[in-house]
Amino acid sequence: MIADKKNIDLIDSSGNKAAKAITVENIVKTYTVKKTVVDALKGISFAVEKGEIFGIIGPDGAGKTSLFRILTTLLLADSGKATVDGYDVVKDYKAIRNRVGYMPGKFSLYQDLSIQENLEFFATIFNTSIEENYDMIKEIYQQIEPFKTRKAGQLSGGMKQKLALCCALIHKPSVLFLDEPTTGVDAVSRKEFWEMLHQLKLQGITILVSTPYMDEAGLCDRVALIQKGVILSINTPKGITGEFGKPLWSVKANEMFHLMNSIKADPEVESCYPFGQYHHVVFKSQENVKEKLERIAREGNYTGFEVHAIEPNIEDCFMALMNTHNP
Amino acid sequence: MENSNKNNSVTNSSPIKDGSKVITAKELTKRFGDFTAVDKISFEVEKGEIFGFLGANGAGKTTAMRMLCGLSMPTSGSATVAGYDVYNQNELIKKNIGYMSQKFSLYEDLTIRENIKLYAGIYGLSDARIKEKTAQLLEELHMQGEEKTLVRALPLGWKQKLAFSIAIVHDPAIVFLDEPTGGVDPITRREFWTLIYQASEKGITVFVTTHYMDEAEYCNRVSIMVDGRMDALDSPANLMKTYSAKSMDDVFLQLARKAVRVE
Repeated sequence: MIADKKNIDLIDSSGNKAAKAITVENIVKTYTVKKTVVDALKGISFAVEKGEIFGIIGPDGAGKTSLFRILTTLLLADSGKATVDGYDVVKDYKAIRNRVGYMPGKFSLYQDLSIQENLEFFATIFNTSIEENYDMIKEIYQQIEPFKTRKAGQLSGGMKQKLALCCALIHKPSVLFLDEPTTGVDAVSRKEFWEMLHQLKLQGITILVSTPYMDEAGLCDRVALIQKGVILSINTPKGITGEFGKPLWSVKANEMFHLMNSIKADPEVESCYPFGQYHHVVFKSQENVKEKLERIAREGNYTGFEVHAIEPNIEDCFMALMNTHNP
Repeated sequence: MENSNKNNSVTNSSPIKDGSKVITAKELTKRFGDFTAVDKISFEVEKGEIFGFLGANGAGKTTAMRMLCGLSMPTSGSATVAGYDVYNQNELIKKNIGYMSQKFSLYEDLTIRENIKLYAGIYGLSDARIKEKTAQLLEELHMQGEEKTLVRALPLGWKQKLAFSIAIVHDPAIVFLDEPTGGVDPITRREFWTLIYQASEKGITVFVTTHYMDEAEYCNRVSIMVDGRMDALDSPANLMKTYSAKSMDDVFLQLARKAVRVE
């Protein structure tokens, strides 16, 4: 198991743990909701290098927010250990709060304060001023500065997001925690946001960012794929797709929905998932797969049939890992 | 159109026949003061079509959708939905459409069965029909035996699938889906799209907004709104050809980047 292997690496290198921006060892968190116990995090471990953009990729309910709240000292884990910038999340919570920036998934600035007032407020809390750390936020702040007297509650989604990022950066944090910053944001704003993150990386900030969008994994240095409180895999985006391990085929015809049903009905097919204009297909055994797909197309009288051997993407890998973890 | 319907089991009262248009919009416009939220959009949607409605935040999607659902009066232009006029037949429109948003409106403290019964009742289904529909719906969703489970206790993906099935419990001519799949895992997201395909096979038109560009590629046709205008409308394959793009993501970025207005 990849996650376990990483865990061993982490223990082996414990001698220079201080060099890691974040270490997480066997963190467990459960909640009791109306007498039912929910396992939010089932003993997860990973480490983030300084200056890395590390992605936590997974759907709602994966445990992403619990993890972020534990690392930002806002929530106590049931068991396990974690450090941020070398400080323990339980013992040294005050030190951590001074040196991290946190942008929660839910917009949490003061809606009835203006852009400028919000920013001044956060600067003051951290004993600094906008002027002192202006270089940190300059590129992002300039995009919203024309509206600086507008109340935060009246900003568009994209502008709120930029303001929240400025407020999280104003005290020059060494580690930045971004919990689903791009959820519900359109494709253009998402792209711009990731460009901002890559600019911040150049300034040496470590960024832990969570997202439900699988296509954003490729923008991270390394990612952890997480589902139902379990890490499915930790690797570079290339490393993750390299672990897929089986030939993957994409097929297309004019009758996509029926084609999917025909392919799924074949007992030799392991999986068939729609991906945009194509279906991605994996077979249980790999002999003559192309011929088998062509036969399915012929027998079903499908028109405009195409078949290609392709490389898997992160989403292919996520789904394959989901199936191995909950068969 | 492979989605056109052969065995139509849909029995709705709207005046829509096979091959006819479920939406016709001509220069549909909505202004708020001197702000033109929707700027003369013209398009048609066919019966059983899966129609993607894309646009950046603030491009005018929600305003356009509210007009088409009979919830907001246009400033000018004309439109019919399910055969009814948006100006003076909006109550009939509401009865003949389904609607589901990301913040779907299931009652958390009612059971699955109670939620189905409530919505089916609101849409005026008879008791016999409600019973029949409930059984059919539970079977399609593989939720038999769970009918007494509170909705609160269901995983997000189940709620989404249930909300969709309830949105079409009255066999509407068209269902409007406003970012229906946010936040779920990729397998559940695909199961949700299977439900969309099935609805389309039954002749229900699906009008869907999404931020997932791969989902745009599942649509028969996709429109892209920029600054209140409909700047593109075609099949995903043709759009990619027109814009020499490798994916719908590329097409979207090329178009949406032209936007000048700030939300």
